Amino acid sequence: MSTSIVLAILVTSLATFSSRILGVVSSEGIKETSKLFRWFNCLAYSTLAALIARTIIFPVGVLSDASYLSRLTVVLFCLFIFFISKRNFVYPTVISAIMMALLNGYL
Amino acid sequence: MINKEFFFRGFKSILAPDSPALALGCCFIAIGALLKNLGFNIQESIFSTMLTYALPGSLVMAESLLVGASLFNIFLAVWFVNARLYPMAISLFPLMTHKSQPKWKYYFSCHFIAVSAWLIMKSNYKNIEKKHRIDFWIGIGCATWTTAVVATFIGFYASDYLDKHMMMGLAILNPIYFLCMMVGAMKTIQISVSIILGLLLGPIFYFLSPEWSILLGGLVGGTIAYFVGELNVN
Repeated sequence: MSTSIVLAILVTSLATFSSRILGVVSSEGIKETSKLFRWFNCLAYSTLAALIARTIIFPVGVLSDASYLSRLTVVLFCLFIFFISKRNFVYPTVISAIMMALLNGYL
Repeated sequence: MINKEFFFRGFKSILAPDSPALALGCCFIAIGALLKNLGFNIQESIFSTMLTYALPGSLVMAESLLVGASLFNIFLAVWFVNARLYPMAISLFPLMTHKSQPKWKYYFSCHFIAVSAWLIMKSNYKNIEKKHRIDFWIGIGCATWTTAVVATFIGFYASDYLDKHMMMGLAILNPIYFLCMMVGAMKTIQISVSIILGLLLGPIFYFLSPEWSILLGGLVGGTIAYFVGELNVN
């Protein structure tokens, strides 16, 4: 293995693990019925939603080459499928991949 | 030690029809292919998924390596994008804490905190007796972590057969799956407002500071949602 890649992996895992372990240590003594727990629950859901929105609107990696219109179309259509399929997670997920590949490459 | 019955119940939960295993696996296939294209060998790719096990962090590391960023910059960039794991841990571990369980289980299993495992646990914890929730959680974590490692392996070797458009298709799976799961989790005012504000504020704060956008969006959106929920209850 090349040294720089190994160091980058170690640094990445350290940055990731620090948030996890700090979270576990901080959670000691917090009761699930407390206001503090409810606040952190809101923060967690909101942060995840912000991450998802950012991944779709300002993506990094291969998704950044897909047009805004194709990403928006896939998201709206998949949400529509999610609701008409009585909140089934599998159909919109599978359709999103096929639709994204078709919209950007084959149509 | 770990209770085998609850461990395997957790492990098998990824076989449920609505489990995130498919979306998670497809995204790590894309990561495996991306890492190979960046010059990683198979050991480094597997090592990266095993140690990091956080998709956005791996993507940021790959992008940072591509532009020649320093190790310190990689650390900061990954820390910013993965700091979401901190509130996720605080909002999950009090649900599993039991005085009869040793602390090492909690410290060991915090490595499994990721969106997929967190959402499975959040939607299933009420069905498990509190004493055994940590064993159930370790089962979920081992299953999702194994899925990610195997998918990285597949992606690494399948990269020669995946064109750019197929990679795009694989990359959109995870956000769409998580978006549907989040919409499905909107059952109380507090959580609904948290999710809606997070979806709106994350991109808005991106224009102010791309690095801080996720944390600021989560902090502001989550705090407003908390007060809205508390006022509603009162």
